[in-house]
Amino acid sequence: MKRLIPLVLCFIFGIVMIATQFSPHPISKRVYEEVVNGALIISPFALVLATVTLIQTHATRILRRSDHWQYSFVVFAGLITMVVIGVPFGPKNTVFEWLYNNVQVPMDATMFSLLAFFIASAAYRAFRARTTEATLLLVTALIVMLGNVPVGNLVWNKLMSWTPWVDQASAAREWILYNPNLSARRGIILGVSLGVISQSVRIILGIERSYLGGGD
Amino acid sequence: MLTKLVSMDRRIVFILVALAVIIPMLVNVNLPVSTSAPTQKLYDFVEALPKGSTIMLAFDYGPSSFPELSPMAKALLKQCFDKDIGVVALTLVDDGTTLASTLIEEVAAEKNAENGEDFVFLGFRPGITQVILGMGTEIKSVFDTDYYGKKLDEIPMMENITNYDQIDLLVDLASSNTTEAWIIYANVQYNLKIAAGVTGVMVSQMFPYLQTGQLNGLMSGILGAAEYENLVEVQDKGMQYINVNSFVHILIVLLVIIGNIAYFTQRKREE
Repeated sequence: MKRLIPLVLCFIFGIVMIATQFSPHPISKRVYEEVVNGALIISPFALVLATVTLIQTHATRILRRSDHWQYSFVVFAGLITMVVIGVPFGPKNTVFEWLYNNVQVPMDATMFSLLAFFIASAAYRAFRARTTEATLLLVTALIVMLGNVPVGNLVWNKLMSWTPWVDQASAAREWILYNPNLSARRGIILGVSLGVISQSVRIILGIERSYLGGGD
Repeated sequence: MLTKLVSMDRRIVFILVALAVIIPMLVNVNLPVSTSAPTQKLYDFVEALPKGSTIMLAFDYGPSSFPELSPMAKALLKQCFDKDIGVVALTLVDDGTTLASTLIEEVAAEKNAENGEDFVFLGFRPGITQVILGMGTEIKSVFDTDYYGKKLDEIPMMENITNYDQIDLLVDLASSNTTEAWIIYANVQYNLKIAAGVTGVMVSQMFPYLQTGQLNGLMSGILGAAEYENLVEVQDKGMQYINVNSFVHILIVLLVIIGNIAYFTQRKREE
């Protein structure tokens, strides 16, 4: 029974939502709106679930003295501080805004900025034209990188000043994005979409049940 | 020498990258920026909107992408306020609310735009798909108040705005897959016209939608931000960052070329 009810609900809602897409009837529209509104009410529960999971994970790390368990106290400190200030006083509170602008924003931006250093180091060490495929990838990457910044066109215009073509670095980048990239992306999108459709049908028909837990 | 070059300490690379970032920031460098077709398309679309039109601006990014996407938001907001185009802003990302509200208030103060008259900031609601679909039927069903707690019924700008039918364009400033969600649920389902400004790493994903016309323009990373600033004649962070970016890109290109020359020369000698 515990598994049957979700399966039946999934089947009914799946079929009904598909049916509403094919009918402009007011009842069909009303059903669609009600289901969407219902989903809006359900979605905040994901936040509760995420918070509970975060607390469970870090409490376990502290209790088991896992690697770097001390950092879990920092997670709790951050969580409790933001909740204690944010929930009663709202996001426009001065202290909440100060913490956000002066702690979270710089830390997040710093984490992301570090990527530039690692990408540069990794590119220098690993980007070698060892095979034909690697050479193609390397040349494409260099063209896109140069086309992505104004200096690319400047370099091109200086080096190729004897030709009638100007600003070809950005033109080459656009050609790569509009042709080989677009073709490959479209293939991926079609493949993913077909996969989503088949998986949805499997879920609606109750063939795919892993979302219920238990793995079958 | 060659062996040293091939296995160069990564800390040297880090120092070179740091210098390539710091020096152009200290020395005022201004490289000419040309405009790519997707950015021009978005600019032309907004320019062609008549006075009193409304655009929806989704701040779907957090602090990590703030430097790349906020210059786009600023330039676009300035263009809208200059042209008397109303802006309904919102975010689908939980940590985007404070960033978005601060940025809107800053630009509004500069352009003398009034909250509730020229712009509305709706804030955040959880559930990307549900929020997009919900606003298609009625914005009020998702956001009953704005970010500042004012009922939507009491906001003059929202008097004639019920759902996407009254929105002329949605611009999604995104650092994740929200643009695809807007296209699937708002464009396909409700015919809402969509444009986007995305981080550099996401640009390649957007080209299929540009080609089909599902995207009415695209700002590509910091280059797109600089291009848009150039179009709206604003000298701001986008222009500054693209100059810094130029030096880092040149450095990486040089490092890759030097690395390959050293590697192949060494291999040839070993043979």
